[in-house]
Amino acid sequence: MNDNGKPKLAMYWCASCGGCEISVLNIHEHILDVDAVFDIVFFPCIADFKLQDVQGYPDGYIDVCLFNGAIRNSENEEMAHLLRKKSKILVAYGSCSYEGCIPALSNLTSKEATFQTVYIDNPTIDNPDGILPQTMTKVPEGELELPFFYNTVKSLDQVVEVDYYLPGCPPEPPQIWAVLEVVIAALTQGAPLPPKGSIVGAKDVAVCEECPREKHEKTIARFYRPYEINPDPDLCLLEQGIICMGIATRGGCGALCPQVGMGCRGCYGPLPGVEDQGAKMLSAIASVIDVGDVGDDEKLLEQKIEEVIATIPDPAGTFYRFSMAHSILQRTRISENGKGDSE
Amino acid sequence: MTDQTNFEPMVVGFTCNWCSYRAADLAGMSRIKYPPNIRLIRLMCSGRLDPTFVLKAFEGGADGVLISGCHPGECHYLEQNYKMLKRFLLLRKMLIQMGIEPDRLKLLWASAAEGARFAEEVTKMVETVRSLGPLNWSKVVDSNGGHATVIPVLAKEEVTA
Repeated sequence: MNDNGKPKLAMYWCASCGGCEISVLNIHEHILDVDAVFDIVFFPCIADFKLQDVQGYPDGYIDVCLFNGAIRNSENEEMAHLLRKKSKILVAYGSCSYEGCIPALSNLTSKEATFQTVYIDNPTIDNPDGILPQTMTKVPEGELELPFFYNTVKSLDQVVEVDYYLPGCPPEPPQIWAVLEVVIAALTQGAPLPPKGSIVGAKDVAVCEECPREKHEKTIARFYRPYEINPDPDLCLLEQGIICMGIATRGGCGALCPQVGMGCRGCYGPLPGVEDQGAKMLSAIASVIDVGDVGDDEKLLEQKIEEVIATIPDPAGTFYRFSMAHSILQRTRISENGKGDSE
Repeated sequence: MTDQTNFEPMVVGFTCNWCSYRAADLAGMSRIKYPPNIRLIRLMCSGRLDPTFVLKAFEGGADGVLISGCHPGECHYLEQNYKMLKRFLLLRKMLIQMGIEPDRLKLLWASAAEGARFAEEVTKMVETVRSLGPLNWSKVVDSNGGHATVIPVLAKEEVTA
């Protein structure tokens, strides 16, 4: 170790797509400031450090570790524990490590069904012998080992203690830079850090606050999937029947998706004080369903509402698109035959 | 799984202050018997029921959840029970995706005069949930949790290099 006295920065990926790494590089020329201030000690995407290097560092050697990706398998969990031990500040960076994100949608099915799809059923798969990855495989040269694949995808804070959360899929560059500035000020000038457990790089208001679209009282007679409708460019998307998670999602992104006609996906997570983003979204969206004046006949009412609800084909996958691992129920219940009940 | 013969279902019941709680009250005052498996929580209105409460109940160990309110057209707050009906139907659809049988969540309209009906419906629901067996959500997450069993190695999957 060649210690140059600079604060040490690490970034590591687990179950993720790699977009978070790109988002860090996407802060443009500020990346030079990051390089000037920090000494990068582990960052598999851009620098050649090995696991042994990290294992060799003393505990707490890394000043800031940006950890992205969810906990999908035993290797992810081991790395989470290792980096927690070696880091002073551990940041759950991006939606996957904060609340599960897209990888955690597989909590809506079983591990067996996931393997079946990924290694057998997908149209591009050519696997006539039905070979599935094994934790141990004997080859003439010896035994090969792969990590255990867990049934349930977890967020980083369900495995180790997390100091800060930086939401987004991926986090937006101005927000990343704002957070890095706070950290740099703290490390170089002793400025105070936000309280532990804070959600940083985001706002405390909903995406709607940042969305310039015109909003009126909402009543929805049917929902549209994005390909079914050409949205009006100025009107609130939700009012047009496009499911937009903006009302149940923390702002800070600048409402980028709604501004280009795509309903908010919900990647910045629940608003402050909300435990379960999906439940809040469900509650809000159901209450504005409009079935017209059908009177008080209970059967007819129910039937009319069901017709509108039928235009939301996948409520769990839609409302928990990014927050499944952090939701109250966390996963689907698997029935005896190993398949999800929903299948 | 818990022994089915000793299984006593736990049902959380949300009632509204103006109709269904009074129906429960009337059932009590009329000395109508119904199973003690239901734990009633009084809200001001069924429209106050945040779906989060239902998820919390299931996660916290409830085997069933009963939501009750005033009949459509009779809500003390005009139309909040219609909102509840909409939330209930969408929530039920979502819970099916989460592997929770639809019969574990029930919506019951009961006016303040329907004590006997309230007791009868609670009895029916408790029996339905009893036949479904324990939900035991903490075990759902645990048994499917991080430290899963090792994927079994099958003979035919050995690689010959």
